[in-house]
Formats: sequence, structure tokens, C-alpha cells
Amino acid sequence: MIELNQFLVLSAILFTIGVIGIFLNRKNVIIILMSIELILLSVNINFIAFSYFLNDLTGQIFSLFVLTVAAAEAAIGLAILVIYNRNAGNIEIEKISALKG
Amino acid sequence: MTASLLSFYIFSAVILLSSLMVISSRNPVHSVLFLILAFFNAAGLFVILHAEFLAMILIIVYVGAVAVLFLFVVMMLDFRTGLEKSNILQYMPIGLFVGMVFISELIIVLINTKLDLKNIQILTNPLSNFGNLTNTEAIGSILYTDYILYFQVSGIILLVAMIGSIVLTLRDREGVKRQSILKQLERSSQIELKEVKSREGVDI
Repeated sequence: MIELNQFLVLSAILFTIGVIGIFLNRKNVIIILMSIELILLSVNINFIAFSYFLNDLTGQIFSLFVLTVAAAEAAIGLAILVIYNRNAGNIEIEKISALKG
Repeated sequence: MTASLLSFYIFSAVILLSSLMVISSRNPVHSVLFLILAFFNAAGLFVILHAEFLAMILIIVYVGAVAVLFLFVVMMLDFRTGLEKSNILQYMPIGLFVGMVFISELIIVLINTKLDLKNIQILTNPLSNFGNLTNTEAIGSILYTDYILYFQVSGIILLVAMIGSIVLTLRDREGVKRQSILKQLERSSQIELKEVKSREGVDI
């Protein structure tokens, strides 16, 4: 029988892989966007696992909204990426210093 | 070992391996393809958890739309990249450190917490309310009634995202000849015949 903890460990590992991906990729913004998608996927797995083990439907509803916001975020992020590449000629994070941050 | 447990292990192993490949692949196209593989297997996990509607939505929205959008951008932009050796050596320690902190904190919390799922009293939509409705019918029956406000707000979010990305990426190029309907209509009073040389056109 599957237990809740197995799903929680899976999504914890997936979340960590996403965070490490954000740290590791300094050349490519697009991989960072994909890492964010992985993080959101792990959150969704958590929601749905709790929804199943609590016999409650609210988690699935919330997961639906997370999916919506993630899709919107991916679209905006890629649009910013495209115009940044048009203006600067590259998408390397190390060279993004327009804000002098 | 039951079939669901076996498939859980298979799906989660493929998810973890392919997400590792997503962040470590040299070629962004391969990253996107491994992302698609991870989403497919996550959909399998959702089916194990009896969330069939969300599994299908995950495939349609993520594999059908978001991943293809990623693939489109990766192929449209011209960049050679990927991880380089120096980068890995430079950022691996901090990345692994943060990752280890995250994973150890989460695992410690999971080990020390004993959730008593049977006695939780805060359920708002327990499955027993829905009788023998299917998953999709049950979601629909509360999504369009109790959660209609959130549903509409998420629609507005998608609309804003759509308009935002169109406005961001729209641009006027130099030297593109466009049709000016107003100028064309204004000419109707002063029509004249001109001999136009081939492939040159005339100024309006």
C-alpha cells in the first residue's frame, strides 16, 4: 500500500532538484524557467497526494489553479526572454546586469 | 508488492531521473524533451492517486502547450549553451549545499511528523459528498459553484498573461511595407493611370 510519506519524499526530492537547477545554470535562463516548472510540479504532487489521502477534493481544485498560474508564468517568462534576447543578443545570466543589482 | 506500489516506484524513478537530466543536459532541446517525460510520468502518478482529470489536464496543458512553447522558444533563439565545466565547478558547491539543506530539512520534518489523517476535521469538500460522481464531474460540480470567483480570477490571469506577452513581443520593423487602407480609400477621387515598371511599384 502506498503511503503519504512516499509522495512527500518524492516531491521533496523533486523540489530540491529544481532548486539545484536554478543555482547550477548560469548560462541559460530557459533552464531556470524549466526548473521553476519542476518546482511547481512537485507542489502539485503534494497537493494531489494530500487530496487523495485526506479523501478531500479541495487539493485537486487548488492544483488546477496552480497549473493555470504556472502556464501564465511560463508564457510571460518566455516573452521576456525573447525580447531580452532581441535587445542584448544573449540570455546568459552572468551578463544580465542592466539593473546593477 | 501491489501493482500500484510498483507503478509508483517506476513513475517516481523516471520523474527523478528525467528531472536530473533537465537541469544537467547540455542541449536545451534535450532538456525540454526530458521535461515532457517528467510531466508524462507525473500524470501517471496522478492517475494512481485517482485524480484522472488533473492527469489529463497536465498532459494537455503542459505537454501540449507549455512544453511546446518552451521548445518553440529554444528553437527560435539562437544560443549555444549548456553547462560548462568551469561553471559546474564554480557553482556546484553552493548549489549542492543549498540542495542538501533543503532536502535534509524536509526529510527531518517528514520523519518527525506523524500525521493522523483519520482525525482531521477541516475538510471542506470530502469525497463522501459526491456519491458516485466521477472525478471530472465532482471537480466540475464545485469548481463552477463554490470556487467560481477563483475560476474567473484565474481566467483574468490568463488573459493578462496573453495580452502581456503579445505587447512585450510586438515590434515595428523598419522597412516593412504595410497596407494603409485609409490612403487607399482617399485615392478614389483622383484615380489616374500610371505605367508601372515591373517589380518597382509606385509611391502613393
